[in-house]
Amino acid sequence: MYRSLADAIRDAEEQRITLATLALATEAKDQGRPVEEIRTALQRALDIMRGAVDKGMTGDLFSASGLVGGDAAKLRTGPEGPLSGTPFRDILARALAVQEVNAAMGVIVAAPTAGGAGVLPAVLTGLAHARGIGDAAVVDALAVAGLIGAVIAERASLSGAEGGCQAETGAAAAMAAGAATEMLGGTPAQVGHATALAMQGTLGLVCDPLGGLVELPCVFRNATGSAIALTGIELALAGVEFRIPVDEVIDVMGEIGRSMDVRYRETAGGGLAATPTGRRLARERLVQIKKR
Amino acid sequence: MVSLLDIIGPVMVGPSSSHTAGACRLGLLARGLIGGTPDRARIELHGSFARTGEGHGTDKAIAGGLMGFRPDDERLRDALEIAEREQLDYVFEKTTLSDDAHPNSVRLTVERGDRHATMIGASLGAGRVRVSEINGYSVEVSGNLHTVVLIAEDVTGSVAAIATILAEHGLNIATLRLSRKERGGDAFMAIEIDEQPGEAVRDEIRSLPWVRWAFRLDKVSA
Repeated sequence: MYRSLADAIRDAEEQRITLATLALATEAKDQGRPVEEIRTALQRALDIMRGAVDKGMTGDLFSASGLVGGDAAKLRTGPEGPLSGTPFRDILARALAVQEVNAAMGVIVAAPTAGGAGVLPAVLTGLAHARGIGDAAVVDALAVAGLIGAVIAERASLSGAEGGCQAETGAAAAMAAGAATEMLGGTPAQVGHATALAMQGTLGLVCDPLGGLVELPCVFRNATGSAIALTGIELALAGVEFRIPVDEVIDVMGEIGRSMDVRYRETAGGGLAATPTGRRLARERLVQIKKR
Repeated sequence: MVSLLDIIGPVMVGPSSSHTAGACRLGLLARGLIGGTPDRARIELHGSFARTGEGHGTDKAIAGGLMGFRPDDERLRDALEIAEREQLDYVFEKTTLSDDAHPNSVRLTVERGDRHATMIGASLGAGRVRVSEINGYSVEVSGNLHTVVLIAEDVTGSVAAIATILAEHGLNIATLRLSRKERGGDAFMAIEIDEQPGEAVRDEIRSLPWVRWAFRLDKVSA
């Protein structure tokens, strides 16, 4: 797969093909598998993502600690807000839904990780639902997301323990922004700008879950990550350009991650995990392994 | 090389690709070392596995892996109850393996009939795993490919003999790692293979007079 998004964008422009077509052809060549087989695997991922969204909307799932659960359903049935009736509110609900399923040991697609697994399904299935976009185009978008994620994995990191939350929900937001921009008709160059615009909004974001568990604030970070992805999409499709090239934004994310204190890298030693309430909840609610 | 399907995946039971999916894969690999579900398993958790394991279902994931459940199997959630029913006699302990051990490490000691094995492995993130020790031998097994592991007497030509058997079955070696504790002592071989080796291959390797034991570990990645 590509190690530079700029290279991928240039190749797609030269060959006059979409980034999805380029990503699928590159993966087929890399892995020695036919494109159709890769599309089938991505379609399965999409089906599982939809299943997790639906399951999470029911509102009766709770994590082992009971700290998270039931919030996705509130966006479906709760009082109205300024975004009611828009795809935005629906997308926030979908992001919470997938993460609530994840926290309750349900089946999800780690894309790119389990902790950031809500953003991509929320943004892609939410926008596809709102615009009546068929599965083939969503599968294409997942291929673009995979391309962007692969570049981030090579140049920076996709692990909260290595790079903080910017490497998990931040990367997910960048992937979702680029992927949805092409799905909605954006050019390869606009995909690059959407990716950079989303990623700049999450730079420096720490990984600080209570007790080190993928629960709080992870579930909500997927909602705010989706909002940041939507910002990138909206700006890029309107023609806004981000002046720092996307590869450089990815590089600096990696650099910030490497220089981040270990307290902010999934160790529960800093951030929200280290607040008085964070520590108390972790003590009270997060059970330890029993011998038997 | 990063694959697109590594990024959009794996499909897994939550909540953590390292503490749940990776833990399950380590259980699956330990199961392979004894050729099936163990009668008894001692599971020693190190570092972050010990600290946050229960909230992440690490205990359920490892027990499920030992019973052959894969990371996307919803039975993982109830794996401890299923283990009781299946009479898998398990015990969890917290330990410190060593100061430089990966934070998500586990030592699995498993028994099935007269077979037993001890394995140390770590979950590296995004569901990737690495086995670093089997029965006291230093190894490097990722589970990304099918792997044949064997212990043999340190005889000349052992590698060539094994390679010939694999070649005769049309199997292509991807990586081969040989280690021994001392000169003239037993050698440990871990051979990663592109295709899935059949039982005939394992049996043929086992029939070599200088091979003490051999197992094939099915790949555990998606």
